[in-house]
Amino acid sequence: MGNLGIVYALLGAASAVFLAGAGSALGVGIAGQAASGVVSEDPSKFAKVLIMQLLPGTQGIYGLLVGFLTLSKIGIIGGGALDISTSTGLLILAACLPIGIVGLISGKSQGKTAAASIGIVAKKPDQFGKAMLFPAMVETYAILALLISILAVSGIQV
Amino acid sequence: MAVLQMQRISICALKKNRKAILEKLQSMGVMEINQILGEDDAFHTMDTTNARSNFEKAAASVDRALEVLQIYAPEKKSLFASLAGKELVDQGRYRQVIRDKESLARIANQIQSLDRERSEEKSEILKLENSIESLTPWLPLEVPMDFKGTEHTEMFLGILPGEWNMEQIYTVTAEKAPDAQGFEVHIVSAGQEGTFLSVFCLKEEARQLEEALRSRGFARPSQMVSQVPDQAKAEMEAEIAGHGERITEIEKELEGFGGRRQELRLLADYYRVRAEKYEVLGTLPQSERTFFLSGYVPVKYAGRLQTALEKTYDCVVDVEELKEDEEAPVLLHNNSFSESAEGILESYGLPAKGEVDPTTIMSVFYVFLFGLMLSDAAYGIIVSLACGVALKKFPRMGDGMRKSLKLFFWCGLSTLFWGIMFGGFFGDLVDVVSRTFFGQQVSLPALWFIPLNDPMKLLVYSMLFGLIHLFTGLGIKGYMCIKEKKYMDFFCDVVLWFLFLIGLIVLFLPTDIFASVAQTKIVFPAAVNLLGKASAIVGAVGILLMSGRENKNFGLRIALGAYDLYNVTGWLSDVLSYSRLLALGLATGVIAQVVNQMGSMAGNSIFGIILFIVVFIVGHTLNLAINLLGAYVHTNRLQYVEFFGKFYEGGGRAFNPFKENTKYADIKED
Repeated sequence: MGNLGIVYALLGAASAVFLAGAGSALGVGIAGQAASGVVSEDPSKFAKVLIMQLLPGTQGIYGLLVGFLTLSKIGIIGGGALDISTSTGLLILAACLPIGIVGLISGKSQGKTAAASIGIVAKKPDQFGKAMLFPAMVETYAILALLISILAVSGIQV
Repeated sequence: MAVLQMQRISICALKKNRKAILEKLQSMGVMEINQILGEDDAFHTMDTTNARSNFEKAAASVDRALEVLQIYAPEKKSLFASLAGKELVDQGRYRQVIRDKESLARIANQIQSLDRERSEEKSEILKLENSIESLTPWLPLEVPMDFKGTEHTEMFLGILPGEWNMEQIYTVTAEKAPDAQGFEVHIVSAGQEGTFLSVFCLKEEARQLEEALRSRGFARPSQMVSQVPDQAKAEMEAEIAGHGERITEIEKELEGFGGRRQELRLLADYYRVRAEKYEVLGTLPQSERTFFLSGYVPVKYAGRLQTALEKTYDCVVDVEELKEDEEAPVLLHNNSFSESAEGILESYGLPAKGEVDPTTIMSVFYVFLFGLMLSDAAYGIIVSLACGVALKKFPRMGDGMRKSLKLFFWCGLSTLFWGIMFGGFFGDLVDVVSRTFFGQQVSLPALWFIPLNDPMKLLVYSMLFGLIHLFTGLGIKGYMCIKEKKYMDFFCDVVLWFLFLIGLIVLFLPTDIFASVAQTKIVFPAAVNLLGKASAIVGAVGILLMSGRENKNFGLRIALGAYDLYNVTGWLSDVLSYSRLLALGLATGVIAQVVNQMGSMAGNSIFGIILFIVVFIVGHTLNLAINLLGAYVHTNRLQYVEFFGKFYEGGGRAFNPFKENTKYADIKED
């Protein structure tokens, strides 16, 4: 049991990616089911519902972003792994948690909202602009979490 | 920044000019029909429902014929056909189509009946194929299926369920019909679906034998043919071939109609235009000799419309201002740059009565914020180029599409600007390529600063941009109050809030919290601090006292004021919401870096270069697509929720003029 710092840090990067990615996968999946239903009735709405389906996909990207920042911070990509103390490693892990956890939950919720908005597009295609706004409201919280994660990760001195 | 002023135009004219006037109005397309006169003793409306629905049906029928044509004589469409818009057709061709409308309508009917015939032939073939299939087990039979036998003998056919051999069958007959002597059973064929038998026997024993077999589930075939099965099959096959030929014929014939497509389209449009005219005609109050027509017209067209009508026809045209309480339809008019954002406004809602059109101001912020979120020079160039080329190549593009593309063209330029400011060109492409393939790292300098190295700085600026955006919104609210001469509202809802918020900001800037975020300590002179404090207090007290001013009850008034004061948290979250500018900007840059890094992993070799090119194309396409979507959605959100939330409600009704609403082609004016 030597120095676990780098392990904690990597765990942070991993959890940012897999939690947020799982949230997006769930969300895009839920929205995709609704979108398929609409397209089976009216294939001409494909482009619109595809955009709706993609909306919950951003959490996964935010997770990837934080994961990447963390990996380059601890030197796993772009040069050898740095020597990181246990406390710094835990700090990095904590910094990664906001986008991981919020990404998971908001991704799924945004998926549900997107599915409902796809219902709007199906019935009133001209209300696309408004329909798009509801899922975007959920995303706000993922963005806030992303912000804190980015600020925290880049603020920690290695 | 303008909602076009509307006027009411009323026309009273002679009935003999009715058709001409309506057609003139329809071709000018600047007037929305809105009748103000109901029916009375002298004026009656005409029932045109029938005529109108006939035209609508005719248009729909031609549409169906066109759909059929699209199946059998498909028109080659390029990938970008949806951008091309309606085609422009000159008057002569259109008139020719109208003259030929009977023969064209016949063609449309013929196309549909050919299509029907084709599906009938198809189902005929299916039926025959089924018959052949059920006949297949009987094929070895060499007599007609309904062969009755000779003078003394009889033949009958039937099916036993399951597989049987001769021995089993004779066991059954011996057991159940022991008296039967002169009979012979042939197995025609046997298989999973049953054993197919032909039985020859003496006439008098026939019944007895059939009963015996029936006890084992024997049944007569459901379908009989009066020929030898083999021959029947050959006949049916010939029939199928005949139907097949007919289908090919029909398809060829339909293909031959492909050249008439354009005329049919014009015909469908003609029917549609006529249907619309009849709809209007049905709303006209008419007396014995005259009719009356009223509606909205934008001021700038009113004069032209009036002279056009009065010069040619015997009529009275009266143009007047709208009444106070009348809610006019909304038509926006903006300069060439700002009109591109009209679509964004429309999807939120057009300005309601008394509201200003915020398009001009919004368009500036829209382009600014969009660029900040995407912020990559190369992506900006791609977006602008793609939109610019599309705009150039398809000049007849639909109006909505043209505006959106124009908006994205400007957004692309803004993205290019911010990309240069932040030193992003496909992320860090220049660094990676120079390092990996040329051995010496060259960096593209950022004109301002690199956000990834100093995220806090961009965060502070994001919120500053947000604050400017929000204050502009509050300012427009003030402008609207003054325009409507509600000075009290202007002071209480706008000035007090400005005092309060600016005071709070002045108090916040010198604090340690701000210093730790911005990494610079701001020190104001004591006088400014005092002024800030005073301004915040005056604002707060003012809001507390004045927000509930409609209420007589003093306690309730203060309570409402306190609640309004609580809205300051709303302002806080609104400003924080602009942190997405930073987050999305970073997301574009970082993902682009990930792509570049992955591409360069194989190092400097032939394989490395190929890998880099593949990863570069796939990765950046994906990144551009997803971030375009993100920037679009979130710029909309900042406009709709944060900006419009300060002053704008929308809910106006769009101006819907009486015009030639065609689907396929525009007719050139003379």
